[in-house]
Amino acid sequence: MLNVGKIEEGFVLDHIKAGKSMSIYKHLGLDKLDCTVAIIKNARSGKMGKKDILKVECDIDTLNLDILGFIDHNITVNVIKNCEIVRKLPLSLPKEIKNVLRCKNPRCITSIEQELPHIFVLTDEKKEIYRCKYCEEKYGNKDKFKI
Amino acid sequence: MKQLRHLMSPLDFSTAELDKLFNLAEDIEKNPDHYAHVCEGKKLATCFYEPSTRTRLSFEAAMLNLGGQVLGFSDANSSSAAKGESVSDTIRVISCFADICAMRHPKEGAPMVAASRSSIPVINAGDGGHQHPTQTLTDLLTIRAIKGRLNHFTIGLCGDLKFGRTVHSLINALVRYEDIHFIFISPEELTIPDYIIEMLREKNVSFCEVRKLEEVMPKLDILYMTRVQKERFFNEEDYVRLKDYYILDKEKMEAAKSDMIVLHPLPRVNEISVEVDDDPRAVYFRQVQYGVYVRMALLLTLLEIDVH
Repeated sequence: MLNVGKIEEGFVLDHIKAGKSMSIYKHLGLDKLDCTVAIIKNARSGKMGKKDILKVECDIDTLNLDILGFIDHNITVNVIKNCEIVRKLPLSLPKEIKNVLRCKNPRCITSIEQELPHIFVLTDEKKEIYRCKYCEEKYGNKDKFKI
Repeated sequence: MKQLRHLMSPLDFSTAELDKLFNLAEDIEKNPDHYAHVCEGKKLATCFYEPSTRTRLSFEAAMLNLGGQVLGFSDANSSSAAKGESVSDTIRVISCFADICAMRHPKEGAPMVAASRSSIPVINAGDGGHQHPTQTLTDLLTIRAIKGRLNHFTIGLCGDLKFGRTVHSLINALVRYEDIHFIFISPEELTIPDYIIEMLREKNVSFCEVRKLEEVMPKLDILYMTRVQKERFFNEEDYVRLKDYYILDKEKMEAAKSDMIVLHPLPRVNEISVEVDDDPRAVYFRQVQYGVYVRMALLLTLLEIDVH
């Protein structure tokens, strides 16, 4: 069993679907932060068989975790302070996501204006449906797994 | 700073605001002289990135009828878009020249991008297969003016219900009124998109889908015909196969109610036989006139010009 040391302050993202940690690393913008990150892939899990874990040592106010709710709301987010878990963050679907999905509609304005952010708005919380802010193209669960 | 009002979708206006807009449009119809100079000194920019005669001329006529002036372009090749300028940059430039802008663009969401960067009101004059709000306002005003109400009726929508943006916008606008029953008449390949069906189910709006126009004619209070649009197809073969699927002729009109009305966003190709034009129930040319009145009312509303 691989051991990674405790972190002083930050987050431990547990129960990430195996193989998805790099995608989460990217979407959280961790590559742009100057902080310690441990990525554990394919860790043994009683519940999931295999899982990924991300440990991020950072000021807990610097990281926006909204996107996790969109990627997978089954991820467990442990908030760490003084090397202890102080709370678990509940994940919910963000109202809006920016530059996570790309609009696939060839008729959408984003297909020709490259500088435009790809923004999707949550239109149906129950069915987890997002629509492109510009052309209203629909994105559901199936598309989520492609990111 | 006061927030600018734009028109991107017919739903941008509440039904109370629409009532106010239609009252104004009907007053304009009755008293055109009263409004002939109210926009003097104001300029409308018509930025049309794809060909359109009707909508552009209707906007221009509306502004001219109000005593204002118009400027603009009528296809992307005669604008700086041909040089690669973005919509965001174009609207910033247009904002320096005009007081209000009507924009048509083949890409969906382009007017919304323009509105987000504009310092003048922007009207979506059609964006790809997405929205065409002023056509919807025209349709609603026509129904209200001729039928005297915007509730309690059965409306048949016929033709291209898949790509027909006028149809999608009209449905979204009509579901806000009471007791509307929709009948969707289309070939299998051009049926109404599932997100609209889902929306109707959620709102508990009554609807049905049929393939044959003849069988539903006697039930209709309003028939909304549409053209199968060549420009919405990537495949020429599909277009040729579907373009003549429905043709409304005198014989079919005989089965309709005596006070049923036929609307069409125009241009018509051959989905309505010319012999139907003389039938008093065919109101699609009157609809064009209502389009000018409603655009006049819209220009006044967005420019916040209070005539009284």
